[in-house]
Amino acid sequence: MNRALSNPLAQWGFAIIATILVLAALAPWIAPYDPDAIDVKSILLAPSTTHWMGTDGLGRDVFSRMLFGARISLLVGFVAVGIATFIGVILGAISGFYRGWIDVVIMRLVDIMLSIPTFFLILAVIAFLTPSIWNIMIVIGLTSWMGVTRLVRAEFLSLREREYVLAAETLGARNFRLIFRHLLPNSLTPIIVSTVLGIASAVLVESSLSFLGLGVQPPQASWGNILTDGKEYIQFAWWLSAFPGMAILITVLGYNLLGEGLRDALDPRTKS
Amino acid sequence: MSDIILSATGLTKTYQQRSGRFGFGSTVVKALDNVSLQLKQGTTLAVVGESGSGKSTLARCLLQLLPLDAGQVIFEHVDLATLRGDALRAARRHLQMVFQDPFASLNPRMRVGEIVGEGLLIHGMGSAAERRERVLRMLQRVGLTAADMLKFPHEFSGGQRQRIGIARALVLEPRVVVCDEPVSALDVSIQAQILLLLKELQQEMGLSYLFISHDLRVVRHVADEVVVMHHGRIVEQGGVEQLYSDPQQEYTRNLLNSIPGRHRAAEATN
Repeated sequence: MNRALSNPLAQWGFAIIATILVLAALAPWIAPYDPDAIDVKSILLAPSTTHWMGTDGLGRDVFSRMLFGARISLLVGFVAVGIATFIGVILGAISGFYRGWIDVVIMRLVDIMLSIPTFFLILAVIAFLTPSIWNIMIVIGLTSWMGVTRLVRAEFLSLREREYVLAAETLGARNFRLIFRHLLPNSLTPIIVSTVLGIASAVLVESSLSFLGLGVQPPQASWGNILTDGKEYIQFAWWLSAFPGMAILITVLGYNLLGEGLRDALDPRTKS
Repeated sequence: MSDIILSATGLTKTYQQRSGRFGFGSTVVKALDNVSLQLKQGTTLAVVGESGSGKSTLARCLLQLLPLDAGQVIFEHVDLATLRGDALRAARRHLQMVFQDPFASLNPRMRVGEIVGEGLLIHGMGSAAERRERVLRMLQRVGLTAADMLKFPHEFSGGQRQRIGIARALVLEPRVVVCDEPVSALDVSIQAQILLLLKELQQEMGLSYLFISHDLRVVRHVADEVVVMHHGRIVEQGGVEQLYSDPQQEYTRNLLNSIPGRHRAAEATN
């Protein structure tokens, strides 16, 4: 972990993510206005000292909405990837540890899931369900576990043949101990990296869904639906599109930097 | 003979490999072809052969880490090949293994105390304090200290790691230890120390060794009897002196002649 902390990419990523997390956590205290308060006298004001990021078509303060939107985007990222990682680790562990027919079944399931364009699957499912934030997190989680599954399976397949695992088996260790004491702790590094990178794509998917109106529903703010609102005024109110777009960009960049920095730092094979 | 502690009969192990166009064909590789051997109580039986001759497969099949296609492994009057699950785990307690690669054979995320104590923990032997005491005594016997118990494997040299591996196998007080090339990854100067340690422990604890090696100089040093393997078969076996002075098979002669510093012997036989 010391090496991870001294990697400049990881440091930048960590700094960005930490800043956004702090801002999101402190949103109720640092937001200058109520994010949902409509003020018809100050519609579509450009950024100024009173409204740092301007106001939208209903006179709501964009900066306040951005702060509360950050909570949604980050929450969706964490929960969706949490679900995906949970499923992926279990299926990948079963696949890689037991091999045989169960491995074949799980891997074909992964292939099938990967052959379906995920975004359209999510769209279809959301169209049937009510587009609430919880449904979105669950659906994103349920459609993005394949990468982790493959990763964990590959790790297990190679670690299973390591001498320390054979040694534990010789000592009399049961499968439970082999998996949780020997295999899983040693596959943690790639799992962490893929989780961090996965959050970035989950944030993007949530923004896209909200942009299409199938994500987080107004008046609750999310970066995606602030962007949608801005679409109508894009010719004369650039701030409505620019700030959420930048926020998404910076967040995704932050997670990617952190993930890739961690990978470089923790994986001895890519060390130059 | 009653003093035979481990006996293997007719061990066969094949690997299937896909081959041919699109992998429709399959080739069968015989890693073990009707291998039989007997290990006498308190002695060392060496298995020698070049890489790929099936030595490591033999070790893993004896311990049932790989399933056998056919054959029996009689240890303490039970055929290990017929056992599964808990019965196998219990029977294997007195049959342990020292591995080849001191860097791959210790879990990098466990402390030395945990690594050596894991077997005791698994078999529920003694209280935590008693286990700790046994681990400590074993570590001290192989030349490590109490402070080392809290360290991680990467803090040790190859030779020290191999000592940890030996302690892990021996803390369960096994009767037979399979040593799979235990010194081949070590410097020559360290090799001698580890071999000496193994020999001392053999006398103290009444161990029997199945010693797998490709290094005939090492084998001559430690073995009482030698089995020569080639392509999964045993081509020759006998007492160590007899085999070294009067090898019967061409393959054994070639192996012996490949020892550095024995070129004159090669000329003499030709």
